[in-house]
Amino acid sequence: MAITRVVMPKLSDAMETGKLLKWLKKEGDRVEGGEILAEIETDKADIELEAFGSGVLRKILVSPGTDVPVGAAIAVIADPTEDISGALGSTAAKPAPTAEPKTGETVSISPSSASQTAPAVEPEAEPTPTGRVRASPLAKRLARESGVEITVLKGSGPGGRIVRRDIEAYLAQGKRPAPVVRPVPLRPAAATAVGPEVEDRPLSSMRKTIARRMAESKATVPHFYLTVEVKMDHAWGLREQLNRLEGQPKVSVTDLVLKASALALHAHPEINASFAGESIKIHRRVHLGIAVALDDGLITPVLRECDAKSLSEIAGEARDLTERARTRKLKAQEITGATFTVSNLGMYDIEEFSAIINPPEGAILAVGSVVEQPVAEGGQIRIGRRMRLTLSCDHRVIDGAMGARFLQTLTRLLEEPLRLILSS
Amino acid sequence: MLLIRRFEEKAAEMYALGKIGGFLHLYIGQEAVAVGAISALRPDDYVIGTYREHGHAIAKGSDPNRVMAELFGKATGVSKGKGGSMHLFDKSCHFLGGHAIVGGPLPIAAGVGFAINYRGGDQVILCFFGDGTVPQGEFHESLNLSALWKLPVVWICENNRYAMGTAIDRFLARTEIWKFGEPYGIPGEALDGMDVLAVREGVARAVTRARAEKRPTLIEARTYRFRGHSMRDPSAAIYRTKDEVEREKQRDPIVLLRERLFSQEHLTEMEWKTLAEEVEQKVQGAVDFAESSPEPPAEWLVEDVYRATKTDGAKPWR
Amino acid sequence: MAVITYREALNQALREEMERDETVFLIGEEVGVYGGAYKVSQGLLEKFGPKRIIDTPICESGFTGVGIGAAMVGLRPIVEMMTFNFAILALDQIVNHAAKIHYMSGGQFAIPLVVRGPGGPAHQLAAQHSQSMESYFCHVPGLKVVRPTTAADAKGLLKSSIRDDNPVIFIEAETLYPMKGEVPEDPDFTIPLGVAEVKRAGRDVTVVAYSRMYYLALEAAEELDKEGISVEIVDPRTLRPLDKETLLASIRKTHRAVLLESGAGYAGMGAEFAAVIAEEAFDDLDAPIERVTGANAPMPYARNLERLKTPSKTQVIETIRKVLA
Repeated sequence: MAITRVVMPKLSDAMETGKLLKWLKKEGDRVEGGEILAEIETDKADIELEAFGSGVLRKILVSPGTDVPVGAAIAVIADPTEDISGALGSTAAKPAPTAEPKTGETVSISPSSASQTAPAVEPEAEPTPTGRVRASPLAKRLARESGVEITVLKGSGPGGRIVRRDIEAYLAQGKRPAPVVRPVPLRPAAATAVGPEVEDRPLSSMRKTIARRMAESKATVPHFYLTVEVKMDHAWGLREQLNRLEGQPKVSVTDLVLKASALALHAHPEINASFAGESIKIHRRVHLGIAVALDDGLITPVLRECDAKSLSEIAGEARDLTERARTRKLKAQEITGATFTVSNLGMYDIEEFSAIINPPEGAILAVGSVVEQPVAEGGQIRIGRRMRLTLSCDHRVIDGAMGARFLQTLTRLLEEPLRLILSS
Repeated sequence: MLLIRRFEEKAAEMYALGKIGGFLHLYIGQEAVAVGAISALRPDDYVIGTYREHGHAIAKGSDPNRVMAELFGKATGVSKGKGGSMHLFDKSCHFLGGHAIVGGPLPIAAGVGFAINYRGGDQVILCFFGDGTVPQGEFHESLNLSALWKLPVVWICENNRYAMGTAIDRFLARTEIWKFGEPYGIPGEALDGMDVLAVREGVARAVTRARAEKRPTLIEARTYRFRGHSMRDPSAAIYRTKDEVEREKQRDPIVLLRERLFSQEHLTEMEWKTLAEEVEQKVQGAVDFAESSPEPPAEWLVEDVYRATKTDGAKPWR
Repeated sequence: MAVITYREALNQALREEMERDETVFLIGEEVGVYGGAYKVSQGLLEKFGPKRIIDTPICESGFTGVGIGAAMVGLRPIVEMMTFNFAILALDQIVNHAAKIHYMSGGQFAIPLVVRGPGGPAHQLAAQHSQSMESYFCHVPGLKVVRPTTAADAKGLLKSSIRDDNPVIFIEAETLYPMKGEVPEDPDFTIPLGVAEVKRAGRDVTVVAYSRMYYLALEAAEELDKEGISVEIVDPRTLRPLDKETLLASIRKTHRAVLLESGAGYAGMGAEFAAVIAEEAFDDLDAPIERVTGANAPMPYARNLERLKTPSKTQVIETIRKVLA
């Protein structure tokens, strides 16, 4: 059994097709291995194709003058009576693997890769209104780390470049910076304006982002608001007990609200949702945004997978995120992906407020301060602790009753706070 | 010789199918030189060659499976897939490569001879190169050093009369290569490179001279390549005539030996057939082995660039 | 601790390593009878004999190849280049063979070879005798490249290079041969390859300098000291593999980099150092990276032009001032 498929040979790396010029044997001729079968034209030269096997030239598949891709069958040599139907009609042999490396292979050529410090605050890099800032990389880093808005500075380096000493001088608030002996006299950092009636503060990137997103949210999302008053007596007591435990992270009211929200969202997934044009996306995991106030703005780090975290885990992570938000050390992936946001202005004595939804979330919870006030219970007046929560809802995703039911669950969890510790 | 012949033919087939890439320089027609010469050696002797070295590697004892795997660029190849057709190396049988720079291996051969003397050994090294090497500077530098320092090197020039596409009379002022040792006092000899027994005899003399007297010899083995310079160069090419090729093919070294053995009744038709079948199987086995072997893993890209050594400051290389 | 010249330090290294390991030998032009064109191998022929100290004909490619062949079968050759300008004749052996045989053979054959000799400019030796060759070799994966600065560097690094199983290009400097320095007397004193040295600590700027240029940087630093400018000098010592950690730690401290080399600047060592610094210490830079290099012209003969071709103390000082502006 010796069937030889004669194929168009690949005679150079670049060759993709060859032209069959002339057959030197005809069907039915006897062929010995090594004999010349045909003449082929390639990109480089005309060559003679020799047979790699012996037998009878049973079938010629390609007529003279035809261009044939490399690897395609052009004839069959076999014994006179062998069945060659299997060798005919099959498509060209697969072209040989090329020299290109496979994608997906991780070949690390450089033993060390440049480390990236992710930008802390701005999720999108936007040019400042005054054009490109000329500052040394070190100065930019120091500005970022210390929250200095570099665009307000005048640089003392060559060509007006802002350099480290300018940042340091600014931070020292106009005092002369620690002496570093230099041949060039220092120029003072930008002075604060005294006199004009209107102060024109250029927008920082953060402010621009807030402005854009909030305006968009208000304009496009049909907001409605639901308020409840939560009896916080038991929760307050629980919090105090927890905070007397040694070795545990301190738990705040916000932490209790976060945990309760996570559980309530798990029970009411239709609130943990986004409007997506032609559909509503229900998020299976709960990622809670925590609104953190900064000196010059607001940022919302995200606590991921709260539905799977315990109260103490949430408390610990929330503290860490808040701290890093304030020192501008958040990573890019820590400020995106929230499915629901909690905003607490209780520490500023705000009793109640309505927040603007962060798109693409479906809702946001505004938390007021816990107030001691006279309350009616069992026909008597006593002093109780009450906290007002306002849920802003996107009416495209959430209806009044849905929101109300969510708030009922949330309220119950806060009023029976042991549930926060029981469930996980 | 037959093994090498069939191996090379199979390699050509594999190249045409795209299994072997880059350059492929076939030894077809020249088998008698490698086989004859290397058969005169001891296993602890050394061989170094050019990029047309598949035959030499196999003759020196390299496993044809692993040579084919190297041509296929697989991890099981003699050079772990990182050398390819032109850079076969096999330390286990003292085969020192596989070099692509014309003239490059010659000083290295002298160095090996130097080291043999340094250690007080009696091994020899055969250095194979083509006629196109003779004009290269390193040929002269190396021959001079081998005579001056009495190195146990046998310089074997495989004169197939063409350096790629240039005929010898177009690149050498004098074409009797065996005489080029004269200025250095190196004895020279021309041999019929198509007669494996003549090659063996001539090289054996040179090997004895190297081993016993520490003197080099320059051998010119007159041979012919039946195929082109490489797979990109058609055999019926523009620089040789078809008639010439056909004429030379009449002196196929394998056929010559076979006919001689038949006529002297040292070999029967049946034995020949058996031999041919065994060779077929071996060669097919080599292809199967190469096909089924894996590619080198990605990490091997940067391995072996340096050899780990204890004096490093243990810092990453750059 | 002894105070000896750079030349003596090299001589001691050769002597000690040849005593320690009998596979080590020295081969090159004039290394034996003449005692070395620069007297680095003086006395070695008398001590070790012609088997191990080999005078060669003038055939750089040939005798470098001899070193490679000997290395392939287990010896440890030291090939001396009378000057590295002549190594260009052996570039094929060094780059195509020594650097690559270990890799091409899949790790079968190591090439424990040292190619050593003086490189860089001297005095009025003109274009073909004054080149700085390190960039050529640094570009080749498989080679290690060393340029020792002090006598201690010379001894410690040469010993390590000889013990290293890879081909090491060891470029000395003619004008440094008579330079004296403290060198430990312990016969096992070695300096590992791939380790840089902060030769002078400072706060305001990092100057990277090796070989002769270190001494120039030192002069500049001492002058600037009087003005209260504190210059740190980092000497890489091994150019490939480069000790990045030491270099980057210095940049992170001073925030400014001035890279010094005597060879022509285009595609010189400074280009590589600058790329490393820019990639990995970008956020620590308070000024652009500056290079002070030889002019991009072949070395002229006339004394005044030769002076202009190589970096001067003034240039170094001005450049340091520039990055501090």
